[in-house]
Amino acid sequence: MCGIVGLYTKNSELQSSLGSLLSAMLVQMADRGPDSAGIAIYHDTVGTESIKVTLQGDQDTDWQLIERQIAEGLDPTVKVAPIATHAVVLLSVDGDHAVEWIDGNLDAVRMTSNGRSIEIYKERGHPREVIETFGLDDMTGTHALGHTRMATESRVTTEHSHPFSTGMDLCLVHNGSLSNHNRLRENLRADGIRFQTDNDSEVAAGYLTWRLKQGATLKESMEAALADLDGFYTFAIGTKNGFAVLRDPIACKPAVLAETDDWVAMSSEYRSIAQLPGNEKARVWEPNPATVYSWERES
Amino acid sequence: MKFDLAGQGIRHLNRYLHEPESQGAEVEVDNPSGSHNIAVGALHNCQVLVNGHVGYYCAAMNQHAEITVRGNAGPGLAENMMSGTVRIMGNASQYCGATAHGGLLIIEGNASSRCGISLKGLDIVVAGSIGHMSAFMAQTGRLVVCGDAAESMGDSIYEARIYVRGKVASLGTDCIEKPMGDEHIQELRKLLERAGLDYAAGAFKRYGSARRLYNFDVDNASLY
Repeated sequence: MCGIVGLYTKNSELQSSLGSLLSAMLVQMADRGPDSAGIAIYHDTVGTESIKVTLQGDQDTDWQLIERQIAEGLDPTVKVAPIATHAVVLLSVDGDHAVEWIDGNLDAVRMTSNGRSIEIYKERGHPREVIETFGLDDMTGTHALGHTRMATESRVTTEHSHPFSTGMDLCLVHNGSLSNHNRLRENLRADGIRFQTDNDSEVAAGYLTWRLKQGATLKESMEAALADLDGFYTFAIGTKNGFAVLRDPIACKPAVLAETDDWVAMSSEYRSIAQLPGNEKARVWEPNPATVYSWERES
Repeated sequence: MKFDLAGQGIRHLNRYLHEPESQGAEVEVDNPSGSHNIAVGALHNCQVLVNGHVGYYCAAMNQHAEITVRGNAGPGLAENMMSGTVRIMGNASQYCGATAHGGLLIIEGNASSRCGISLKGLDIVVAGSIGHMSAFMAQTGRLVVCGDAAESMGDSIYEARIYVRGKVASLGTDCIEKPMGDEHIQELRKLLERAGLDYAAGAFKRYGSARRLYNFDVDNASLY
């Protein structure tokens, strides 16, 4: 069991309270996943010549040292802004090059996201503690996803927590369990996809990354996942301009969608949606099995 | 009797519904906010009105009580219900009425997947449509659907009877359409009337077991 929440603002006035709204939704899902929690938030978009990377360290990470290392080896204009155990790194270099350099040169930290808008924060502990650690209540943005984890397939560590990055400004959260993840991971590794853990959900993220790299659209990638992923899943996938939802053909993992003129929300349970302003007038429904739902704003 | 779930816990409400003092009571529940286990295990003849949406297992194991929800219900609504009446004014999530033995469950909106799975005697009337795999292995009881049914309806069904007014996307293994006899029109008319729905019984089709999958013994026909 895990909990998933997603919130996408249609009315720009809600952007200033995105963090506190997502936090209220996420706390409702704490019973479904008390082991760890994570959020992906889309905000403070950087220009086309820049890239934003989230790095995950621990309490003892020397972020000034990290900044010096990046300045010397990758980009002299780098800015590192620590937030608890994570840091947001602004770079003015090519995205793929930055990802490769960080992967090969910074052993003390791990990259959780890269793109122009996305930031991913995740940590062990009760969702309420995780929310406080990163100050989610004060964050602003256009849309965000959250996950509360009750581990079934792999250990309770920060690395095994969701969301998982699936490429530039893309991420995935998962409720369910995949049964063919070991074989699929080996196949994807052989095709150059990197994995940080033995987690099944990371394989789903890696699968989408692989499809997208081959030139498929997000919708095509998700439809292909229906054939290639075996197991139970409700996925929420964050994109630069919106989010998408997919359930497996049996659809026994719960999902509720709700929409008003001001927002679109998804959650494992209605009680998260009940926290949102105007929820009593929302159109509420369950997404159909094996059907891709997506919302995009004009970029 | 009023319960405000924003202040009082669910157990407070449920304990009351288990006690003889709830016999004949009119109970109103505010601020359910999608919480789980609302009005579970009610044991007495009373009326419960829930003002809002409910989470998992609302009205499960109900006996005798008449429970109305002004909103949507989460998974496992009226699971293993024994008797009484449960009415949902919105939609119901997956496996509503699962394994339930008796009483009447009315969904004014749509019911999601696996509605009436392993039904054991409950009657379910859905004013809207039902999701995939509904009435899977349903043993006895009736499922009435005024809208459409999604894929694999009635898979591995035993002796429950299904009436659908709209389209059926596909029938599950061993589920077939069967002729509507006078006795079927009569029982359907009664169920629609009890649910307060004004549809002509003649517009429905009946579905049930082809009896090729399990060992049906004609000597036991009177048991169903």
